Amino acid sequence: MILSVRDLRVSFRTNDGLVRAIDGVSFDLEESEILGVVGESGSGKTVSLLAVMGLITDPNADIEGSIRYKGRELVGLPARELRRLRGNEIAMIFQDPMTALTPVYTIGWQIAEQIRAHRNISKSKAMDRVEELLAEVNFPNPHEAMSRYPHQLSGGMRQRAVIAMALSCNPALLVADEPTTALDVTVQAGILDLVRKLRATHKSAVVFITHDMGVVSELADRVMVMYAGRVVERGSRAELFSDPRHPYTRALLGSIPPLTGEKPRRLPAIPGSPPSLLRLPQGCAFGPRCPVHYEPCATGKPDLEGDTHAAACFRVAQA
Amino acid sequence: MIYAILRRFGQMLFVMFGISVIVFLIFFATPGADPAARIAGRNASPEVLEAVRHSFGFDRPLYVQYVKMMEKIFVTGDLTSFVNRGWKVVPAVLDSIPVTLSLVFGAAILWVVVSIIIGIVAAATRDSWLDKLLMALGLLGISMPVYWLGEVMNLITQSRYHDSWAFSWVPPLGYKNFSDDPKGWFLTLVIPWITLAILYIGIYGRVLRAAIIETLQEDYIRTARAKGLSETRILLRHALRTSLIAFVTLFGLDFGALVGGSALLTEVVFGLHGIGKLTYDALQNLDLPMIMATVMYASMFVVIANAVIDFVYILLDPRLRTS
Repeated sequence: MILSVRDLRVSFRTNDGLVRAIDGVSFDLEESEILGVVGESGSGKTVSLLAVMGLITDPNADIEGSIRYKGRELVGLPARELRRLRGNEIAMIFQDPMTALTPVYTIGWQIAEQIRAHRNISKSKAMDRVEELLAEVNFPNPHEAMSRYPHQLSGGMRQRAVIAMALSCNPALLVADEPTTALDVTVQAGILDLVRKLRATHKSAVVFITHDMGVVSELADRVMVMYAGRVVERGSRAELFSDPRHPYTRALLGSIPPLTGEKPRRLPAIPGSPPSLLRLPQGCAFGPRCPVHYEPCATGKPDLEGDTHAAACFRVAQA
Repeated sequence: MIYAILRRFGQMLFVMFGISVIVFLIFFATPGADPAARIAGRNASPEVLEAVRHSFGFDRPLYVQYVKMMEKIFVTGDLTSFVNRGWKVVPAVLDSIPVTLSLVFGAAILWVVVSIIIGIVAAATRDSWLDKLLMALGLLGISMPVYWLGEVMNLITQSRYHDSWAFSWVPPLGYKNFSDDPKGWFLTLVIPWITLAILYIGIYGRVLRAAIIETLQEDYIRTARAKGLSETRILLRHALRTSLIAFVTLFGLDFGALVGGSALLTEVVFGLHGIGKLTYDALQNLDLPMIMATVMYASMFVVIANAVIDFVYILLDPRLRTS
């Protein structure tokens, strides 16, 4: 077990009151496993993983619960020790490669900086390692790319550079926050191939955040669906795609255009929009948008029911 | 690179030409601006006026007057004052340059170093009491008029507490040449440097703090944190450099203006006969050749300072290198 998150709660004190961005999220991650985290914007995917990374710097944030990395509790760990893990054992890839790199330093410098922050090696040794890494993420001319500035590279190349940077210290856990969202589809495919290949070569476990069910179906071993700060369904990829239980998961899958058979005139969409975290509905947060909504949904919050394949829905529990 | 430098030089000449024409026209060709009447003084008879006009060459066409004046400033260097006939203008300007440069350079070093430190410390400890204290002090520095501050400094260091151990080293007002007396040069300038720098320390410290705090919101700062770098390194290596651009822009403008004569008040208060004082006196008695010469000198410095700033931008931000 690489990562074990139990009952994670993240809330922010704002002028409008307490915003509970994450409300009791639990999940486990095995070695070299890829976990896909799916959900709409604002469902808490990113915040929960930022909490794992210790990257929530907002002084008005409260983090409760337990995050254990290789058995070690991360919540409440001193900043200095957390820093030793970050970038070294736990690395992160961000959504927008255009802004994720410091504009005034070369790619090589920035990757070497991370290596030298965690390994006691010389500058030239670090640079050799950078060249290897860039070759590994398929830079056509790694030596030349090292001396490039971020603005001289395309979006896909920048994302490759960010990935090379994340891999530089052989992390046991890689957190990827929508790494393909800002990229063209063809470039996306290349990045997904890369993540798959790296899991094989580096043996890293990957948490892959996305709102794209297509990406999840290609990449993930297990899937976790989030809605309004809670996990609504989790299971293996096969379980989730062949037998979706939660109405939200079903609706998400229903809104993917089918590749075979007759094309629908209009793709089904989920009515309404995600609730404001400040004014969550009583009971199930998905209730107001749910097609199979009935009385119990308006009063209680359903818990995740089931062992490997679990869903948080009264209808499922009842069935 | 050479092309860029040449182009820059061409722009510089063009700007200076434009400024010289405008200043010339303001003093020689605006309606009612009759330089001869000013030189001849009040109640001069028409004959005297005519004689003055002829003797100073005001009866020739404007463009001839302009070309003659430019020739005397830049080629022969023997332009003489209209007010004190025989007083050569160009050497007077050249004599004042070291005074102003000494004052402004020293103050600039002081204000850049101190305000960078203040900006970094305030940004790093933002919203703490230290940050609030530094920003309040900065505001105080900005709010104090330099002529008042200079006089207070003089009052303390030259008279009230001059005999105390703290200020007995302060020499009397005035400028000492660096080549004659380096120690005296330094000592006479310490108080003027501090006086001139205080205003700018306040402004620059606040500007830098704001720029750093803005930069700290950027995505690449989050990346730097995710890399496991220390907060100090993130601040100094990743946030500071991009934040310096606003700082450098401001510096180019202020430095050029100060060297060009805006340090007048400080110069007057401390009895330093620099460019500001020279320009001020020339304006007082409408000494056109002197005004012309000091304006040309000032515009040259503003343009040079801007060229240097553009170069510093390129050093700071590689994104500007390709275009």
